[in-house]
Amino acid sequence: MNKGLKSNRRDFLKIAATTGGGLLIGFNWSACDSPKMKVISDQEIYDRAVNFNSFLSISPSNHVVIFSPNPELGQNIKTSFPMIVAEELDVDWANVRVQQAFLDTEKYDRQVTGGSGAMPHSWQRLRQAGATARQMLMEAAAKRLNVPITELKTDKGNVIHGSKKLNYGELANEAAALTVPEEVKLKEVKDFKIIGTAVKNVENDAMFTGQPLYGLDVYRDGMLHAMIQRAPFGMKLKSVDADEAKKVNGVKDVVTFKDNVAVVGTGTWPLMKARKLLKIAYEPIDKALESTAFHNSKFDEMLNSGAAEVKRKDGDVNAAFKNAARIIKSEYQCPFLSHSPMEPMNFFANVKEDSVELIGPTQTPDRARNAAAEICGIAPEKVSVELTRLGGGFGRRLRADFVEEAVELSKMLKAPVKLTWTREDDITGGAYRPAVKYRFEAALNSKDELVGYKLTGVGMNSGNSTRENNFPAGAIENLEIKSMAFDSPITTNAWRAPITNFLAFAEQSFLDEVAEAMGKDPVAFRLELLDKAKANPVGEIHYDIDRMRGVINTAVEKSGWGKKQGVSQGFSVYFSHRSYVAQVAEARIVDGKAILDKIYAITDCGIVINPTGADQQVRGGMLDGMGHAMFANLTFTDGIADQKNFDTYRLIRMKEIPEIETHFIDNGIDPTGLGEPALPPTGGAVANAIYKASGQRLRNQPFSNEEGMKNLNLGNPA
Amino acid sequence: MANYKLKVNNKNFEVDVDSDTPLLWVLRDNLGLIGTKYSCGISQCGACTVHLNDEAVRSCGLPVSSIGDAKITTIEGLSDNGDHPVQEAWKEVDVAQCGYCQAGQIMTAAAMLKKNPSPSEEEVIDGMNANLCRCGTYHRIKEAVLLASAKIK
Repeated sequence: MNKGLKSNRRDFLKIAATTGGGLLIGFNWSACDSPKMKVISDQEIYDRAVNFNSFLSISPSNHVVIFSPNPELGQNIKTSFPMIVAEELDVDWANVRVQQAFLDTEKYDRQVTGGSGAMPHSWQRLRQAGATARQMLMEAAAKRLNVPITELKTDKGNVIHGSKKLNYGELANEAAALTVPEEVKLKEVKDFKIIGTAVKNVENDAMFTGQPLYGLDVYRDGMLHAMIQRAPFGMKLKSVDADEAKKVNGVKDVVTFKDNVAVVGTGTWPLMKARKLLKIAYEPIDKALESTAFHNSKFDEMLNSGAAEVKRKDGDVNAAFKNAARIIKSEYQCPFLSHSPMEPMNFFANVKEDSVELIGPTQTPDRARNAAAEICGIAPEKVSVELTRLGGGFGRRLRADFVEEAVELSKMLKAPVKLTWTREDDITGGAYRPAVKYRFEAALNSKDELVGYKLTGVGMNSGNSTRENNFPAGAIENLEIKSMAFDSPITTNAWRAPITNFLAFAEQSFLDEVAEAMGKDPVAFRLELLDKAKANPVGEIHYDIDRMRGVINTAVEKSGWGKKQGVSQGFSVYFSHRSYVAQVAEARIVDGKAILDKIYAITDCGIVINPTGADQQVRGGMLDGMGHAMFANLTFTDGIADQKNFDTYRLIRMKEIPEIETHFIDNGIDPTGLGEPALPPTGGAVANAIYKASGQRLRNQPFSNEEGMKNLNLGNPA
Repeated sequence: MANYKLKVNNKNFEVDVDSDTPLLWVLRDNLGLIGTKYSCGISQCGACTVHLNDEAVRSCGLPVSSIGDAKITTIEGLSDNGDHPVQEAWKEVDVAQCGYCQAGQIMTAAAMLKKNPSPSEEEVIDGMNANLCRCGTYHRIKEAVLLASAKIK
C-alpha cells in the first residue's frame, strides 16, 4: 500500500484541453471535431493543488481536493463531510476529490469517530472552511476583473460577472495568497445544492474492485506478521513452551511481553498454525475466575444491597411508594457483547530510532499516537498516524490496546510489524459491551396515576449504567435513578450507543408494562407524560419535548398506529446522541413462531446531509439493535468466553431482517449525529410488538434464549 | 513447503507454501491480491468468497493443495474496469457502509447470477444468507442483486 493515495486507471479523468492552454471563453465545442483529450490523474491534481485551509485545496485544473479528517468506519463521513465543504465553496461535486487526512492535531481538533459527535462538532467548521475559500476566490476575481465584489456571484466552481466566467482553478494562486477573511456569509438552507442530495460513497470504486483500503491490507517491505496469544481474564502468564511452534515454516520467533505470547513470522497462516502448537501455562492473579452464573448471582446480590449511588432524585420516592395503591416491578438483563466488526483488530507499527510510523484502523488516532509515544519514550510529534478505512468499529477501535501491542512488538523486534487479531482473538479478547441488569419499579395511586418511578442499574465495569436524565425524568413527581458497578477482570468498553443500547430497550419495555397496567395506549401514555413535563416540569429536562412529540406523532401517522388489523404493533421512542427516533414494529405469531414483518423509523437528526447515507445509518443501526437483542450472547466459564467465532456467536443474517421504512423530520435544525441514535429504540419496539402478538414479555437478551422464544424466526415468513 | 501453480484472474502464478495453506492467505500474503478479505477463518461469514471455476467458494477453508488446475477469480479479476453488472449495481444502489464484506458479497452474487440470471427475491435471500454484513446493509444487497439481474437480462 503506497503512502497516501495512489492513482490507477480508474482515477484518470478525461478533460478537454485547448492547445494553447487556458480557457477560451465562448468556444463552441459542438462546432468542431472531437478535441484532443488530455488525461489528468488524481495524483497530478493532488500535486498541483493550492492549499486554502485545513480542509481544502484547489488545483489549476479546477479540481477541488477536500481533506476528510475523521476515521471512516461506515458512518459515511468521508462522503458527507466533503459535501458540506463543497456546498459552501459552491463547486461541482464531479470536480471534487476526497483525501483522508493523516492525524494532525494542529489542523484538526476532533479526529475521532465516536459518540455520533463528528457532525454536530464539525458542521459549522466545514461550512466556514468552504465559505472562506469562496470569499477569497471572489476577492481575487474582483481584483482581476476590476469590479466590485458585490457584482460577483459563484456557481459550480466559477466566479461570474455578467457574461464573464472565471473558474476557481485559474484564480486559485491569487486567491490563496489573500488575507483570510474573518467573517464570511454562509448559505441559506434553502439554497443548498449538494447537501440533501444522494451523493454516492466516494470509495465505491475502490471498495467494489478490491483496492487496498483497510488496515489488514497494509503490506510493507521487510514487514513481519505477528499474532498474540493473550491470557484469559483474571490470569497471568506462568510459562511457555514454544519449541514446536517455532518449527513451523515461516515462523521467525516467539516472544513474550506482559502476559502475552507473540508469534512472529513472514505470513499469516504460519502464525495461525504455530499458535495451536504453543504450550502455555497460566495462573490466576488474585480473584476467583469468573463465570456467567457468578455474574448472575452478583447482579441480584448488588440490586438487593441498596448500596447503589443515587444519580437523580426528584420529590419523595419513599412516600410515593409507601402510599401507592399498586406497584409494578420488573427486571431486565443483558449479556456481554463483542463488537465483532468484520475486519478484526490489527495495526501496523514501524518503530525507528527516534520516530514511529503507525498505519491502521482506529477510531481515536490521537490516542494511538500518544500510546506509541509513551511506549517509545518520544514526543507525540515524532509519531505519524495514517488512517486507513475501518472495516467497522462499533466502539471497539476507540481503545488503543491493539496499537500498543503492535508498537511493543516493533520496538522489541526492531522491524516493521503488522499485528493481526484472529476472529477468535476478537470475540474472546474483551473490551465488551458490559453485562447489565436493571430493576424498575413504578408506583400508581388509587386513581391509577403514575406517581413514583425507580430505576436501579448494576453493570459490569460500567460506571454509570443508567442515564438519569432520560425521559420520563421530568414528567414524574417522585423519581429516583441509581447505579452501581461490579469490578470484573473481564474488560468492557463503549459499544455502539454505550449503555443506551440496552437501557433504551429496558426503559421502553417497562413503560409499555406500566401503560398496560394503567389500561392506557402506550403512545397516548407517552404523550401524556410529555404534556406533563411541558406543563409542570419536575427538575431538569434534558430532552426537547416538542422534537420528541414530533417523531412520535409522525410515527403514529406513518405506521397507522392502532388502526391495523392482523398485525401487532409495538412502540418505542428514544432521544440519544442529540437525535430523536421513534419506531413502530409489526409482529405476528405464525405456527408458534414470532415473525417480524416491518419496522417504521422516524428520525429527527436535523438537516439530513445525504439522504441515502442517512437512510442506511438508520437501517444499519436498527439491524444492529435488533440482531443483538435477538441472538447475540457471550457467556463465560472460568474467565474464558464460551463463544469464539460466528458459528456460536450469532449475528443477524439476511433471512432475519424485517422490512424497514424510514422517514426524516424536515426542520432545518443544525444536523446531529446518526451513527448511533437509531439503534437504542429498536429492541423495545420489537419486544413490545412480540408481547402484543404473543402475550410474552421479553425481559432478557438475547430474546432467542427466552422460554417460548426458541423458535424465534424473525424476518421473512416461511 | 511445496510448489503450487495457480491460475488467478487469467494469470499464472507459482507459490512455495505449506500444502495446508488456505487459498485466502496465498492470495493475500503471497500474491498481493488483498481484495479477498479475512474475517472469520471458518467459512461462516463469506468475506473471503472467490470463484473456483465460476463457483463461489470460501477461500479461508480451501487448502492450496486441493485446487489443482482450477481457474480462480477474485474481486480484482471479476471485470477489467470494475464494470461487472454486479459491481455497477452495487455502485448504483450505494450498498456499502464499512465495505469490508462487500467484495465477498459481490463474488457470491456474481456466481449466483451466472447460474440463475433471474432469481426471485426468495432465491436472492437464500443465495446471500450465508454472507454476513455486520453494518446491516442487507436491504441494499438484496436490492443490488435484483438490479444486477435486471442489467444482465
